[in-house]
Amino acid sequence: MHQLTIAEIIRGLRDKQFSSVEITSHLLERIQQLDSQFNSFITVTGDQAIRAAAAADARLAQGDAPALCGVPIAHKDIFTTNGVRTSCGSKMLDNFIPPYDATVVDNFQQAGAVSLGKTNMDEFAMGSSNESSYYGPVKNPWDPERIPGGSSGGSAAAVAAQLVPGTTATDTGGSIRQPAAMTGTTGLKPTYGRVSRWGMIAFASSLDQGGPIARTAEDAALMLSVMAGPDKKDSTCLDRPAEDFTARLNDSIQGLKIGVPSEYFGEGLDSEVGARVQEALKEYEKLGAELVEINLPHSKLAVPAYYVIAPAEASANLSRFDGVRYGYRCENPADLRDLYMRSRGEGFGEEVKRRILVGSYALSAGYYDAYYNKAQQVRRLIKQDFVDAFQSVDVIMGPTAPNPAFKLGEKNADPVAMYLEDIYTIATNLAGLPGMSIPCGFAHGLPVGLQLIGNYLDEARMLNVAHQFQQASDWHQQTAPAAE
Amino acid sequence: MAVDAQTVEKLAELARIAISEETIDEVSSRLGDVLQLVDQLQAVNTDGVEPMAHPLDEVQVLRKDEVTEPNRRDEFLALAPQTEAGLYLVPKVID
Repeated sequence: MHQLTIAEIIRGLRDKQFSSVEITSHLLERIQQLDSQFNSFITVTGDQAIRAAAAADARLAQGDAPALCGVPIAHKDIFTTNGVRTSCGSKMLDNFIPPYDATVVDNFQQAGAVSLGKTNMDEFAMGSSNESSYYGPVKNPWDPERIPGGSSGGSAAAVAAQLVPGTTATDTGGSIRQPAAMTGTTGLKPTYGRVSRWGMIAFASSLDQGGPIARTAEDAALMLSVMAGPDKKDSTCLDRPAEDFTARLNDSIQGLKIGVPSEYFGEGLDSEVGARVQEALKEYEKLGAELVEINLPHSKLAVPAYYVIAPAEASANLSRFDGVRYGYRCENPADLRDLYMRSRGEGFGEEVKRRILVGSYALSAGYYDAYYNKAQQVRRLIKQDFVDAFQSVDVIMGPTAPNPAFKLGEKNADPVAMYLEDIYTIATNLAGLPGMSIPCGFAHGLPVGLQLIGNYLDEARMLNVAHQFQQASDWHQQTAPAAE
Repeated sequence: MAVDAQTVEKLAELARIAISEETIDEVSSRLGDVLQLVDQLQAVNTDGVEPMAHPLDEVQVLRKDEVTEPNRRDEFLALAPQTEAGLYLVPKVID
């Protein structure tokens, strides 16, 4: 049962091959037996899940079942869940029990899905390895001595370990796509504004987007259909009607023009990873697509621009964590300043503090023009590269990450080395475009991700393009040895 | 470009984050590494380029100034370490 995709579970439940209570119990047992190896969950809500599964079974019996009725999922611990701790991977929120559900969480509840719990993540979504979590690092099911990627490492590992068929996650600089690549799963970051950020604890407000991680493009489409939609509670959420993202999965991709950026195949790319991606592109040619070499000339500026903009926005967003109204408060504060200084000094981890300081620097008097304003100008140049490219191609492809999963601790000495993990994914967030990672083979025995970048609001086509590859290959069906 | 200890202290004050004496040098050095990375931006000519704050250049949505949310004050107060009479308690600010 744990090998089933969401689409298969939906059919299985409707055909009464098994009940939601049966599959939910089975997965909860698997989590209990296996997750100590991976640490992919921070909170497991077993009792609640069984109750929700029973309610789902009742609705299925009545024939009154919404789209994902009875399907087990899990949420990245960045989405607020009413009455259930939401930690954001941080000591700062270890005691935080939100009094409301995020819109994404509410959407899945309305769709009848059964949440098994909250998945582990880099603290406040800042990281590319899931090593900075207050709750300990997540281990990659393909090799538990290696990282699963980040910041949505728990969400990705849980799917790769077949503990849950789909999870919600978030992506600010690559945090859905890079862990999907590292764990051989399928992850999607939508166009900025597709998915409501209400209840999604903010890191960088102009970059953050929620999206699914699952085993197939079809499943990602089913999940995105639940996640996306207008929401008055998020003023940056686009006022576009809900869409069925599975509608175009089976369209032909004959004549599809695939842009291949020369900048994504240069220095720093592991040669085996590059080879797998080139092989995947050849597969697409066999499926009738045409490869077009393109240039994204400002690619090298994406990481520098991001490491001004994201920390600047984070320094503003994380100023709400002050020990006054919720979250961690230091012991015996001498005065108000001491309360702030020590609550934040003790509650935040090193990477978070580092980024807040960088952000404060970039926004401070005398530096704002040189850093923040400059980065925002470069951001427009980066976006323009994509707008120009999409004049002549339908979708852009390349590697998701420059290397497969590295060992725990390997990149901790130098923050910049860690930042370069997102070298291919970051520009997509700066431009606000939708992106995906799908498995396309192995390098040194570890999963490799193929990155797809779609045009604005073109997720349905991007999913179609991914789905066609998955119909013609079985990389996405490979199982991590630790999951067996 | 390096960041000196004095700058780190000033930033720590702005961000209201206590940085211990022992770690100031390490924090300085790490900050310096990040700022060296972002200095690459200075090499680019951006004359006449409009800064972009929003990926799709959307504007702020407005709504009618009507009360739409219920008052859940007590539920929210329950999350705080110290409250009294509907107020959040902090150490005395004014002597």
